[in-house]
Amino acid sequence: MVGGFDFTNFFFMAVIAATPLLFATLGEILTEKSGSLNLGVEGMMFMGAAAGIAASYFYETAAGSGASGIVSALLAVLIGFLAGAFGGFIYSLLTVTLRANQNVTGLALTIFGIGAGNLIGELLGIRAGGFTTVSDSTKSVFSGISIPFLSDIPVIGRLFFSYNFMVYLAVATAVLLIVLLNKTRVGLNLRGVGENPATADAVGINVTKYKYIAASVGGGICGLGGVYISMATVGGNAGTWIDNCIAGRGWIAVALVIFAAWRPSRAIIGALLFGGLSALWLYFDPWLQTFLPNASIPQQIYNVLPFIATILVLIFTSIRQSKELSQPKACGTNYFREER
Amino acid sequence: MEDEKVTEKENVTIAGHDEYKEHHEPLVRMVKRDTVSRERAIAVRAAAIVSALVVGGILILFMGHNPIFVYGDMVNGSLGSALVLRETARMAIPLLITGMGIALAFKMRFWNIGAEGQIIAGATAASYFALFHHQNMPSPVLLMVMFAAAVVAGGIWGMIPAVFKAKWNTNETLFTLMLNYIALEGIRYLQYGPWRDPGMMGFPVISMFNISARLPRVFGVHVGWIIALVLVALVYIYMKKSKQGYEITVVGESIQTARYAGINVKLVFLRTMFISGAIAGITGFVTVAGANFTISEGVTGGVGFTAITVAWLAKLNPAAMIAISVFLAILQKGSGTIQTIYNIPESAAQLLIGLILFFMLGCEFFLNFKLVFKNSKKEVTE
Amino acid sequence: MEIGTDSVIKLHNISKSFGTVQANKDVSFELNKGEILALLGENGSGKTTLMNMLSGIYYPDSGAIYAGGTEVIIRSPKDSFDLGIGMIHQHFKLVDVLTAAENIILGLKGSAFINRKRLAKEIREISEKYGFSLDPNKKIYDMSVSEKQKVEIVKVLYRGADVLILDEPTAVLTPQEADILFDMLRKMKEDGKAIIIITHKLNEVLSLSDRVCILRKGELVGELQTKDATIQSLTEGMVGRAVNLEIMRDSGALGDERINVSDLTCLNEDGLKALDAVSFGLRAGEILGVAGIAGSGQKELCESLTGLYPIESGSIKFIEDGHTSELTGFSPTEIAKKGVHLAFVPEDRLGMGLVAGLDMVENIMLKSYHNDRGFLIDRKKPKETAEKLIKSLEIVTPGVSTPVRRLSGGNVQKVLLGREIDSKPSVLIVAYPVRGLDINSSYTIYNLLNDERKEGVAVLFVGEDLDVLLELCDRIMVLCSGRISGIVDAKTATKEELGLLMTEQ
Repeated sequence: MVGGFDFTNFFFMAVIAATPLLFATLGEILTEKSGSLNLGVEGMMFMGAAAGIAASYFYETAAGSGASGIVSALLAVLIGFLAGAFGGFIYSLLTVTLRANQNVTGLALTIFGIGAGNLIGELLGIRAGGFTTVSDSTKSVFSGISIPFLSDIPVIGRLFFSYNFMVYLAVATAVLLIVLLNKTRVGLNLRGVGENPATADAVGINVTKYKYIAASVGGGICGLGGVYISMATVGGNAGTWIDNCIAGRGWIAVALVIFAAWRPSRAIIGALLFGGLSALWLYFDPWLQTFLPNASIPQQIYNVLPFIATILVLIFTSIRQSKELSQPKACGTNYFREER
Repeated sequence: MEDEKVTEKENVTIAGHDEYKEHHEPLVRMVKRDTVSRERAIAVRAAAIVSALVVGGILILFMGHNPIFVYGDMVNGSLGSALVLRETARMAIPLLITGMGIALAFKMRFWNIGAEGQIIAGATAASYFALFHHQNMPSPVLLMVMFAAAVVAGGIWGMIPAVFKAKWNTNETLFTLMLNYIALEGIRYLQYGPWRDPGMMGFPVISMFNISARLPRVFGVHVGWIIALVLVALVYIYMKKSKQGYEITVVGESIQTARYAGINVKLVFLRTMFISGAIAGITGFVTVAGANFTISEGVTGGVGFTAITVAWLAKLNPAAMIAISVFLAILQKGSGTIQTIYNIPESAAQLLIGLILFFMLGCEFFLNFKLVFKNSKKEVTE
Repeated sequence: MEIGTDSVIKLHNISKSFGTVQANKDVSFELNKGEILALLGENGSGKTTLMNMLSGIYYPDSGAIYAGGTEVIIRSPKDSFDLGIGMIHQHFKLVDVLTAAENIILGLKGSAFINRKRLAKEIREISEKYGFSLDPNKKIYDMSVSEKQKVEIVKVLYRGADVLILDEPTAVLTPQEADILFDMLRKMKEDGKAIIIITHKLNEVLSLSDRVCILRKGELVGELQTKDATIQSLTEGMVGRAVNLEIMRDSGALGDERINVSDLTCLNEDGLKALDAVSFGLRAGEILGVAGIAGSGQKELCESLTGLYPIESGSIKFIEDGHTSELTGFSPTEIAKKGVHLAFVPEDRLGMGLVAGLDMVENIMLKSYHNDRGFLIDRKKPKETAEKLIKSLEIVTPGVSTPVRRLSGGNVQKVLLGREIDSKPSVLIVAYPVRGLDINSSYTIYNLLNDERKEGVAVLFVGEDLDVLLELCDRIMVLCSGRISGIVDAKTATKEELGLLMTEQ
């Protein structure tokens, strides 16, 4: 407790809220590093969220009482990833092979993804007669871990060793991306493709292949963000389909990519900050009431904070442009070798 | 026969390299087309829509329904009687109006995806007068004031991102989008707080407008349809014939050139986005004063996003937008029908719109490029 | 292997077309080990297209390529590298935000992780072998043009290329830098490399190459030993007829000073001085040339004169009929309202001077539409102007409603220059007006500029070909890092003198 403000729990909730943002931001960073500006993050998250829950549901229905929570959770993660990757693949097909406008394709993917996600979710609900929900054993896999000894350390245990496995998966993804982009040949080539595809092409890099893989894997990572929301969001909703559950988080992730200056390390900080903003309402009012007993801030003010913060980020980054910390140059334009 | 001979000869002279060659020669190459005939363009686009409907049909099949019946009932449910026809028209109006606002911005390559927020801004401003000042003026004046308030509010909401775009080249796509969410939270705040109707017991709703704040009807549909058609004509002239429309085109094509030509680029950004937002604001006005007679957090009904599709599919042409918005209204109205009949969720319409967009985006390729296959090359080699 | 052992590359009947344009037709020639071959031809003759087929950027419609005596298929740049062919493009293909070393290994196979230390050592070894130095850890955006070229060369050598193709390698170099490059190339030749240089500069052909192939309109029209070639024979081969390559300098009597620039200073995006206390006068009836290596402040000079670039300090004055107007700090529209007729043909024709996607009529009205009365636009007048220009300048276009991006480079420039001259300017500023144009179009442009000079227009000509500047201009002002390093009389100056001024600190 820091002067009435419950910091430990606030941090915990911030991490919980930050994780889907981190997944989506990392996925979009990977995509944009290849020179594709995919605005369809929101759509891919919807697809991942619905596919994840559907995978669990169908597995549990098929396996009956013998269903294993771990298998069910892994299936949700895998299928959610594939659904997001499928979105990224459609995006690549349209923009890389068929050379459609990147902006509009991203918007179309958003429209498609929201439609597909909600449709699958609602159909599952109809099938399950009311609403879909996954079994408790699956839910427990998505709840916090408990590492002997580590999780029991006061404060530290709560702050670092008590989250569900997807939180650690998100951090691991960030670390993997850092290594990939900065230390490996594949990462170097990917940056080359995103900065200057003509150059990459001229040195023999298969630009098309790189763009397809980056956008598909990136989409898959965004899909994981969706899985997290549908399966692991703390509260009563975990493992239950809620219409419009992504609620703009995909778009915040697109902005977070700018905030993170296309660097996975900064994405962690950015996601945590934004996660903190959305968890603030739980802890700020009680803290405020310790010295202003009747004070209460309307929920809507809290809700609007991440969006205002995003705008401030956009404005701030546009004011101070930098050569190093800027969008890969080929983002937004398609590459065509025989152009003349 | 000829081919065989050639292969043989090559085998003799450069033995072992044939496989290498077979493997490496590109099978198909893309060549840019110079021009495309109008007929071909229409045919390709029609084929794209049909393909999207076919893919949608396959999905319907998976859901266990006969796609032909489902599509038939969609058309029937949206055009089958005077009653549903009016309903469909009512759904097309906001799409058409908003689509034009978006088209103006898109023409300038200003990716305004903030029409949702601009509609809310316009609707809120109009509602303010409808709810709290209806007793102070006669109906026509009240409606004019509501209209003006919607125009100004929508315009300002649209202009905010343009201010930053003009000054610092701030990314407008995300800015306009964030303003949607902020506007949405704003109207929620009003609905759950100050504007909440105490007479409605526990329900957080805003009360219905006084009769004087409601738009009259013509042919059974509120006059919004006349406003929309007048706007089509005005926007067409503005875009194609006016000096300001020309400036929008130049700025959209190249900001560098616009500056070179002495065009005040910042002014064009602000002016165009004001108009774009104002038109979306009109949608808000028409929706609250013509269709809903109240305002709620669901006032836009997603029109701001769907209208992006309208503008894009119509290639930013106001006249073509009439057809597209009616087409999308049929899909949406029809999806309501099939929900009742087949228990297919309404989000199916959005998925279908997404599919149509994919196919329309993809089909442009076949208008801009042609494929040259390996075989046609062989003849040249001979 | 019936082909001689010295032959490393052989082209046989190569053809390539783009749409209706035949870029190459039945081109055949050979390249031998340890020789420098010049591929000569004017702009648009298909030299670059031909070489792009060797480097895997384009694929030939027909014909065969042999490497070391066997037929090969070069489908991608990778195939080309595998055959030991490396091309250095005119517009460098480097990634700005990466370092020299990163650019050099871009796309190469090898260990998954990058060993930066070993890489730096290897790069130093290569550069030392051919007598130059290169910092492997410097980012490309911090490099000068000649440094970037060195990165490109090392990149190709690092990949083990035995055949180097250089596309117009001296276009952006000073004469002195070009000499250094030539020495490097000679060393490589002695080392057994085969080199092709693409060029349209005759003296380069004569001083560097062993053999020369001449392309004209996509066809090979001549192949000879350099020692048998003369300027005259090469020109005739290149253009197809005997031409007098001298530009008529039509200097009449110089008029009064029309533009006076004093202590003009402008800052670039990074806050550094792009122009540093520049002072000069431009007189009526004069062509004042501006020379300098790329990025020495030419762009900022043109744009600040026309009100497009913010001025930090100093002043620009316009003087006509004894009346002086201050131009400093005014926008293009405000300058025009003062009655000052400035015309400007910018370097980036389709990105700044014209709107690529609009047709000729809409481009002609670009600078005059705001004079139309009322709310609507008048298309009639600009349409008449467009039709007039098509006739008078022999612009080849399907019609006035064809988007200008569809026109060829020469015709695009005619539309732009035609519009600017049609506005009856008293000052004409042109930046690199003949870049990418063939000889005929270039001479049309020179003639138009000469006509303007005769009319008493004050012309500022920013150019890159020093020979042209020396022949066309009255005086030449040399810019070096944003400062004027000298203003010389074009009738008496030499290229070497200009080259020294261009690099003087």
